[in-house]
Amino acid sequence: MFKKGFWVLAVILITGILALTGCSKSSGGSDSGKTEITYWQYTFDSKVKEINKLIEKFEKENPDIKVTAQDFPYDQYNDKLAAAMHAGKGPDIVNLYYGWIPDYVKQDFIQPIPEDFMSNQEIEDYYIPMIQSQKMDDKYYTLPIAVRSLALFWNKDMFKEAGLDPENPPKTWDQLVADAKKMTKRDSDGKYEQEGFAWNVGGQGLHVIQQVLMRQYGVEPYSEDGKQVQWNDKPEGLEAFKFWMDMTTKDHIGDPTFLETPDTAFKSGRAGMIIDGSFNIAAYKDANAFEWGVTTLPVKEEGGEESNFGSYWTNAITKGVEGKKLEASQKFLKFLISEETQKDWLENVGELPAAASLSENKEITEDPIYGPFVEGLKDAHSTFFVKEDKERDIFLNAVDQILLNGTPVDEAFNKLVEEEQRVRDEYFNE
Amino acid sequence: MRQNGGQMGSGRLSMKMHTRQAMIAYLFLLIPLVFFLGIRIFPTIYAFFMSFSVQGEDGYSFGNYVRLFHDPVFWKSVLNTFLYLIITVPLQLAFGLLIALGIERVHRFRWFYRIVFFLPYMTSIVAVSWVWRLMYDSNIGVLNQILKTLHLPQQGWLSDPDQALLSVSAMLIWQMTGFTMLIFLAGLQGIPRQYYEAAEIDGASKWKTFWKITFPLLNPTILFLTVIGAIQSLQTFTQIVNLTGGSSGTIGGPLNSTSSIVVYMYKQGFRDFNMEYASAITVVLFIMIMLITLIQLKLLNRNYDA
Repeated sequence: MFKKGFWVLAVILITGILALTGCSKSSGGSDSGKTEITYWQYTFDSKVKEINKLIEKFEKENPDIKVTAQDFPYDQYNDKLAAAMHAGKGPDIVNLYYGWIPDYVKQDFIQPIPEDFMSNQEIEDYYIPMIQSQKMDDKYYTLPIAVRSLALFWNKDMFKEAGLDPENPPKTWDQLVADAKKMTKRDSDGKYEQEGFAWNVGGQGLHVIQQVLMRQYGVEPYSEDGKQVQWNDKPEGLEAFKFWMDMTTKDHIGDPTFLETPDTAFKSGRAGMIIDGSFNIAAYKDANAFEWGVTTLPVKEEGGEESNFGSYWTNAITKGVEGKKLEASQKFLKFLISEETQKDWLENVGELPAAASLSENKEITEDPIYGPFVEGLKDAHSTFFVKEDKERDIFLNAVDQILLNGTPVDEAFNKLVEEEQRVRDEYFNE
Repeated sequence: MRQNGGQMGSGRLSMKMHTRQAMIAYLFLLIPLVFFLGIRIFPTIYAFFMSFSVQGEDGYSFGNYVRLFHDPVFWKSVLNTFLYLIITVPLQLAFGLLIALGIERVHRFRWFYRIVFFLPYMTSIVAVSWVWRLMYDSNIGVLNQILKTLHLPQQGWLSDPDQALLSVSAMLIWQMTGFTMLIFLAGLQGIPRQYYEAAEIDGASKWKTFWKITFPLLNPTILFLTVIGAIQSLQTFTQIVNLTGGSSGTIGGPLNSTSSIVVYMYKQGFRDFNMEYASAITVVLFIMIMLITLIQLKLLNRNYDA
């Protein structure tokens, strides 16, 4: 009896395991004439709609290719991709934040853009210079559709209420602080009821410090090869950092935890100004409870150096895609980055065209809302992150040390540079 | 003879039936078994092996564990996890028992109280976390508004590293109390009335009745809730992520003051993509949960029958 039961169990187990391993052999789907490829992006309503529309158009032009688009919430996006790629079940084309490229390359998730598809020269001619910072070992791994830059949004109603000229936003950082002070309201305990400037570090704040203030103070934030963090190479770096910190610790024009997120504070009409990206235009339009305007980022002195932070979501072909699938993926990618798609993308998603040829387009540069962003693109720098999330965490922790533990600014700053440098050293030494 | 033969026949028949039934039973067990092996056991073993390989290096080593040992944020997370355990488990049991005893006394609208206190446990953790997060907001949150009207000093709550862990714990307790209450109610109803009647006849005080009858007879319930509560608190994740993450902060912040082992593991595995290191953290967590559960079983599982 026991023996029999044992054998039954054994047979069942073995069939079960066979069935399981059988499952893992995925069906390619390329035998049936049509080549199937998958495209992954994170869930962002306007982008999902736009991609679906574009796929429809692409499939009409290429009846032998079928594109399946899948999207996942932003918070789980990296988790899903890491799990899928480890299991060999990843997409053929993946949409990723440019700051993740080094990590994805290191994890072997993506493959370089083939020379015969688009050479380095062709890429550099086609795109605005900003995207060149993604080059690794003289290879490009991704091609974006659109880019984003930062600008200063201001609430005209709040300007009026504080007795400021609603059509005259600040041009320099000192003006920004002065205007913001007039709009800030705090109670006797120092808690904010309204803030003049949606001060933050975790939103766009750290990018402003790294790529705008540092440069305007005369500090090149990173070495050309991206291996060195140079924020404290000159005393001006600390000055730039301190200027930003003083806004909340001395000038009291904003608090990072006010209304949970800076964009909520601005949307609800309780922050006079915010520095934000073009991707939030739609959200601010929806809020629409007050008049607002957009202008280019402030400078140190009038007529001084302009600088901006550029970022983008970009597309890569994943590792292991070859043959017919690679061909189809390249075709789709070519379609995605075409100038025609880029124009459509601006209209429906609100991200700025990445093609150099479109950056001079009058229709775009003279738009009252998009204009300042396109203007900002001219001086935009994108940061070469090696571990975007970790670098951000280190930065936020340093700021918390100052704000919550009362650590002296210079001490926290030097430690911050040291730790950011260590992340880079670890990355490049491995 | 006939009788005998009949017996033999039915015997053979029942044997066949038995095997057939067993076959069917195994078949039904197969799917959950494959499922269990595939999504629980196999990944666990895989993670265990992965924890001995260091990212970017070949072969197996204790590298990840050595690094863990010297990682201050990991130790901070371990300490926090123990704090969550020590703060939340006794309090959620105490509150649950108090409320259950209270509801036992009430005879009208008992269902109403049960629902009210159980609701937090049924509500989505993410939604609850965000409501608490807004209540805790140090500038415009309702808690500070109350303090302000009472002319008391306003607090930092989640934005103050000294208060953040307690603030998270308060929400954990609030949420779990409904669950412990419900289980205690069931436990209380399982205690035979005769004991109380006998105690009453003997003239025992209410206090004595509680400590000599109710409490010991609730022991299995307490044991169950302690073990479940401890495991849950060791695995706390969703609440922390939703209370502290997002664009205005870091997950487990400020300054890692609310980071738990699971949160730290998540950040290592899915933010820094170091699955090997994250696996090592889970192995440590696994050992910790096992040890704590064993200790609890040993300490709490007393037999009161004698």
